[in-house]
Formats: sequence, structure tokens, C-alpha cells
Amino acid sequence: MSEAETMAGKLKSAVWDDNPGLVQLLGLCPLLAVTTSFVNGLGLGIATLLVLTASNFLVSATRRWIKDEIRIPMYVLIIASLVTCIELIFLAWFPSLGRSLGIFIPLIVTNCAIVARAEIFASRNPVGASVIDGLAMGAGFMLLLCAIGAFRELVGQGSILAGLDLLIGGDRLPGLVLVDGGFLLAILPPGAFISLALFVAGKNALDQRRKKASRGQSIRRFG
Amino acid sequence: MNSGAANTHDAPAIWKSGLILAVMAAVCTGLVAVTYHQTAPRIAANERAYLEQSLQPALAGISYDSNVADSAFTIPDPHELPGNEPVTVYRAFQSGEPVAALFVVTAPDGFSGPIRLLVGVAADGTVSGVRVLQHKETPGLGEFIDQSRSDWILQFAGTSLRDPAPAMWAIRRDAGAFDQLTGASVTPRAVVKAVKETLLYFEANRDSVFSTENPGTSDTHE
Repeated sequence: MSEAETMAGKLKSAVWDDNPGLVQLLGLCPLLAVTTSFVNGLGLGIATLLVLTASNFLVSATRRWIKDEIRIPMYVLIIASLVTCIELIFLAWFPSLGRSLGIFIPLIVTNCAIVARAEIFASRNPVGASVIDGLAMGAGFMLLLCAIGAFRELVGQGSILAGLDLLIGGDRLPGLVLVDGGFLLAILPPGAFISLALFVAGKNALDQRRKKASRGQSIRRFG
Repeated sequence: MNSGAANTHDAPAIWKSGLILAVMAAVCTGLVAVTYHQTAPRIAANERAYLEQSLQPALAGISYDSNVADSAFTIPDPHELPGNEPVTVYRAFQSGEPVAALFVVTAPDGFSGPIRLLVGVAADGTVSGVRVLQHKETPGLGEFIDQSRSDWILQFAGTSLRDPAPAMWAIRRDAGAFDQLTGASVTPRAVVKAVKETLLYFEANRDSVFSTENPGTSDTHE
């Protein structure tokens, strides 16, 4: 398998079949708390992607010295330092987004998706593969954050892409306002759980339908 | 791990693990230290710019020539201002004459926690502007106090303890002079009360507010 194929396969698995949020249900604290808008989801998604990739890189690069009995403190050290760096970088270059995400950047430390990738993958695979794994898993998580953020923003506030200025700078942007006001529940905490449940259910339904379709096809082929 | 199950009772192995951890801790601390040094000036500049920018709305219509962000002093608790934490006050001067004071106060009785407010008072006791700095009010309900949600907070500009009269410093539902938006009354009640208390404090302590020496440290109110 070529490098590109590995990457594509990894990405597909991370985004769909093995999505850290949607399938493994990891990192739900930031997932549920931050996704009140697309931009917040994207911001935290990028931060998580960076931390996950860098942490996979460091864990993999030092895996020769990471012994079994000290591996958890090692992961904590690596991840906590990386998150601190990312937070400082956000505050220095994207101050308004840093303020808008607030405590949820430091809380990336507690995102168990990151420890999970360090333990399951990076600590037993070479650096290159680990970085690809981090990028793919991070992308899967980020896409889910964006999707749920967009969904909740659309239903809850009737807009999409509001506050894009937090990411790209410039004046305050209202985003595309489709409807004035919306179904408030979606941006309240219960809306987060309901939205995630809808996404998980939707994914399972699609998978099932696809499975049924492929089974139907094979039956026809053999029948 | 690839080292397999190490003998945890082996004393040298423990020392080795400890050493590895110590080295790793040093490396990670170094990484954070380097990042901190690279970003610190930018972060300080950002915070300062943010402070100046967030003080601006409370100075609407005031002309001043002093450095407001560096004029802070702190009133320690207890005080007669809203909230029970120290209050930061910024002062604005025009050719040495005091023109406005900005109070960072906390309305303790918001619907879901304290509401941090910036209350600007012109030297004559008129409100120059009020802004919500931080709140945890319900999205879609109490949230309207935030200027990014509605213009509600703008109605304070130009008010004073003479207009409306002190008894009228309440929301309409309580037979006062201030509009409220449907759905929430706890939130605007808390804000109106906090602004009123700030004005009362200013009236009673006007001179000391402007004459207190600035300790030289500009602390941000974040």
C-alpha cells in the first residue's frame, strides 16, 4: 500500500468507521460544550487536531523510553505541555477565538481521545504512521465538531458561520442569517446531547442501510 | 509496550524510570518555557489592546487625553459597590481635570451567577455607558444584556440619579423606568441595581475616586 492510500484509508476510517467522537464516543466534554456554533467547533477542532498530531509525534518519537509503568505520567506530561503551548499560541495569534473558547482549550488535556491515540497507536507505531494517525483522527474529530456546531447553530439561531471574524480577524461578522431566531433548545446544553444522539443515530442508520443494500446486491448476484 | 513486562521490584529499573520521567519533565517544561517567551509580548499586547477596546464603549461622548488603561486602582472589599470582590476603577482625564470614572463591578444576583459589568460615569454623575463584560445568563433569554445580542444595555447612557429619579431605577415590571425584554426579569433587575449602586457610590466618593493614586500596576480585569 502506498503512503497516499494509507492516508486515504486512515482518513476514511477516522472520519466515518472509527470516528473518535461519533463511534468511540471519546472527548465528549468539549464536543458537547463547545459546539454552539460552527466557528467554535472549528476553532476547538483545529486546536485538538494540532495537539493530537503533536502528541502522537512526541509519544511515538519517545516510545523507546516510555516504559509500561510510567507511560501514563509520560502521556500526561506530553499532552499537558502541548496544550499549554497551543493555548499560548492561540492567545498570541487568535486572541478573540482564544477568549471565545476560553477554558475549553486547557480542557483539551482531558480529552481522552488524545490519550487513547497515544496508548493505542502512537506508543507502538513509527513516527510517520503516528503523525498520519493523529492528523486523521484529529480531522475526524474536527469534522464532527464542525458538523454538530453547524447543526446546532442553524437550528438554534437560524444562522451559519456567525463570528467567522474570530478565526480570520477583522470586523464582527453576523454570518449568513437564514432565519431570525431559532429553536433555542439546540444551543442549550440538552440540545448538545440531542444533536449528538441524532448524529450517532443518523450514522448508524446510514451504515445499516448500506449494509442491507450490499447484502441485497450479493443475494441478487448469487440468486 | 515493546519493553514487555518489566520487573517492577528491580530497584535500578525504578531509578531508570524515574530518571526518564525527570528528563521528560525537563524537556516538556523547556518546551512550555520557550513557547511562553515567544508568545508573552504578543499576549500582553493583545490583552492591553483588548482592555483599551473594551473600555471604549463606556467612554462614549467623553473627550479625554489621558491613558485610561494605565489609570487603574483597586477598591478592596468590603465597599458599598455591587458585588463582594475588589473593584477595579479606571479614570479618564482631560488636561488634568477628571472627566470620567469606569467601574468594573459585579452584579451578584444574575439568574445563573454573577454578571461582570463595566459602568462608565462622567464626572457630573451621568452614565457614559454600560457594558456586560462577562455573564452566564441563559442563551436566548437573559443574554440580551450583552450588546452582541441586543441594544438593551445602551439605554443606560445619559441616565443619572436625577434622571430617572432614584425610586424609578428599576425595570418596568417593578414600576421602574427601564425597559426589559420578554422572558427574563431577574437578569435586567440585577443589572439595573448594580448600575444604580455604582452611581450612588460615585456620588458619595467622587473626590477619592479621582484623587486616589494609581499604584502603577495596570491590572487587567479579565
